[in-house]
Amino acid sequence: MARLIRMDRTGHTTLAEWTAEDDAAFADAVREFGEQQALGYIGTVPDGPGKATHVRRLPRDADMVILRRPIAGG
Amino acid sequence: MATSQTLPELATVPWRQPTDARWLRRWGRIWHAWTLLYTVPFIGAAVAMVWLDPIATPVALAALAHAWIIPELYAFRGASVMRPKARDPAPGEPVAQGLLGDLLGHEERELQRDTGLALERGELGVWLVGEGGALLVTPGGRPVHCFCVAATDAELPPSDRVAHLLLALRMDEVGFATVANHAFAGARWRVRRRLPQRMRSALDAARRASE
Repeated sequence: MARLIRMDRTGHTTLAEWTAEDDAAFADAVREFGEQQALGYIGTVPDGPGKATHVRRLPRDADMVILRRPIAGG
Repeated sequence: MATSQTLPELATVPWRQPTDARWLRRWGRIWHAWTLLYTVPFIGAAVAMVWLDPIATPVALAALAHAWIIPELYAFRGASVMRPKARDPAPGEPVAQGLLGDLLGHEERELQRDTGLALERGELGVWLVGEGGALLVTPGGRPVHCFCVAATDAELPPSDRVAHLLLALRMDEVGFATVANHAFAGARWRVRRRLPQRMRSALDAARRASE
């Protein structure tokens, strides 16, 4: 089961879950992903040790997509 | 392109040169030269005063103190980016700690729980990532670069703040260093003295990993 999670003040929130075969669940996840992007969140797929990828569209085959806030120099 | 290895936040700092290995070497040398520039005159003045008239020894000691204290203040500024931000315990921290733990390997997870800092090996060196900054131990351990950088959401629990920086670093190391504000470059031992006690073992681990 793939998950779309958002890091927020609660630690993290699972916004959507889907499987590759479940078109309806994936469509919901895509909609949720787009809404969060519109709020300024950045989609990130952890690719194992030391690697992560920025995604602009929700990848159907990812195990986990993490939404994070932008970073900035302090 | 649906995916990218370029940090999207780079768009907010288009005027900055990429903070790559060459940039870091150059800034390491500049910081070193700058440190010599403001310490050597004090030391020279102290020696000259004692040589001219030993009665000036107290003033010479004050000059030597300046030569010691000024680099310490710069190192304090650098180490301060790693300090935990004082605030009430965040209710979401246990959940955030779980997610951060999932992103780390076993040894790094243990180190993060003990010290609050996440160790990450990169192309530029070994990074220590904290809530509001990151520290880079360059290959060979000298110098150490301190960066001030944080997630833009002030309500995030501490471990989520670390996870934000860790994911951005993993996405684009040079981009991460470019977005961050460079706060200090200098001797590792000087920064270590100014870190909170519990964080010092993380710097020792980063030094070992960088060798």
